[in-house]
Amino acid sequence: MAQMPVELILFRQLATSLAVPVVLVDERSDIIFINEAAERVLGVRLEELDALPYATWTTAFRPRNHDGTQVPADELPLVKAVRDRRPAHGPLVIYGADGVERTIEVTAFPLEGGRGRLLGGVAMFWESEAP
Amino acid sequence: MRVTFWGTRGSIAAAGPATQGYGGNTACVQVQADDGTCVVLDAGTGIRALGLAIAPEARRVDVFLSHLHMDHIQGLGFFTPLFRSDIEAHLWGPPSATLDLRGRLSRYLSPPLFPVRLRDLGSRVELHNAPDEPTLIGSLEVTSDAVIHPGPTVGYRITGDGRSMAYLPDHEPALGLTAFPGRPEWTSGSDLARGVDLLIHDAQYFPGERKERVGWGHSSTAEAASFARLVGARHLAVFHHDPAHDDPTLDALVAEVAAAAPDIAVTGAREGDTIEV
Repeated sequence: MAQMPVELILFRQLATSLAVPVVLVDERSDIIFINEAAERVLGVRLEELDALPYATWTTAFRPRNHDGTQVPADELPLVKAVRDRRPAHGPLVIYGADGVERTIEVTAFPLEGGRGRLLGGVAMFWESEAP
Repeated sequence: MRVTFWGTRGSIAAAGPATQGYGGNTACVQVQADDGTCVVLDAGTGIRALGLAIAPEARRVDVFLSHLHMDHIQGLGFFTPLFRSDIEAHLWGPPSATLDLRGRLSRYLSPPLFPVRLRDLGSRVELHNAPDEPTLIGSLEVTSDAVIHPGPTVGYRITGDGRSMAYLPDHEPALGLTAFPGRPEWTSGSDLARGVDLLIHDAQYFPGERKERVGWGHSSTAEAASFARLVGARHLAVFHHDPAHDDPTLDALVAEVAAAAPDIAVTGAREGDTIEV
């Protein structure tokens, strides 16, 4: 397997030390890293999965708006951030792989390397109160 | 392929009787192919003496900068080929999202830090971003990739004459990790150094020193040994010697690396030495 871009390696190393949940995706929006705090919220352990392709994770957690309507994959903040190369933010209701429903606030932003190349994106999120 | 060390010291030049064995000049390495193709890695103070050794008939020089910290560029203004009107000089360096290589180098090569401006050097100077795709310089193929060190920094991999070498003079791949090394795909520099015949790698600190200098961009003896074993290097040349380490201290440091990597040939890079790769 080829080495990840060093910017993603550095972000992973930072995320490993953070208490805030962090998800890291590559330029295809496949999840390549979830820190321990995010594993707890999502109810998954990445070590057991190795990677989560875009098509899997964007539906696996059944993301919904507060009114119960489904959020399409291309409207998820992390997907928008990578696609549009702009920060994105939004509230979501998700179902973790442990079957627990959680309300979260997601802030996502794209990662561009020193050569201006899009490398992927990062989502940081917080559990919040349901409205 | 022959690799000659013109400067092996890190951080700042450290000339004097205590450092005569490994040398006091800062980073500069010359790589020569059997057909005479030559590239230069970094322009620390060691490049001054290299410049004096460049043949009068030479018409092109290529200097690949790993990054723009002073110990890697300070010799540029004293590299005599840059003042020759019959020389085409190509300077390659890490890309930056904020300022091009000319603008960044000009911060040093201009008053008040230096009397001669980059544009006023006598040679025809061309500046390039370090190649992220394999690029041929004569018979040598050069590629670069970003590595972990403060500020835009790259390492280089050079292949030629059927051999390969990697140059990662300032590298802290263990930054932020509780256990090192991890998997190769999550290790900075691993693609560049995979399976090389010669790995020139930072081992500036003993482990105790490294604990006090996390984030400064350098590796310990143990980390350098672990990295070399992870990538399957055949020969590790310990590089970027701390200016505070005298020759006996460096002998002990190199021995510590060798003990941690018993399956790899380990040497301490010494100014003036040439390694046949």
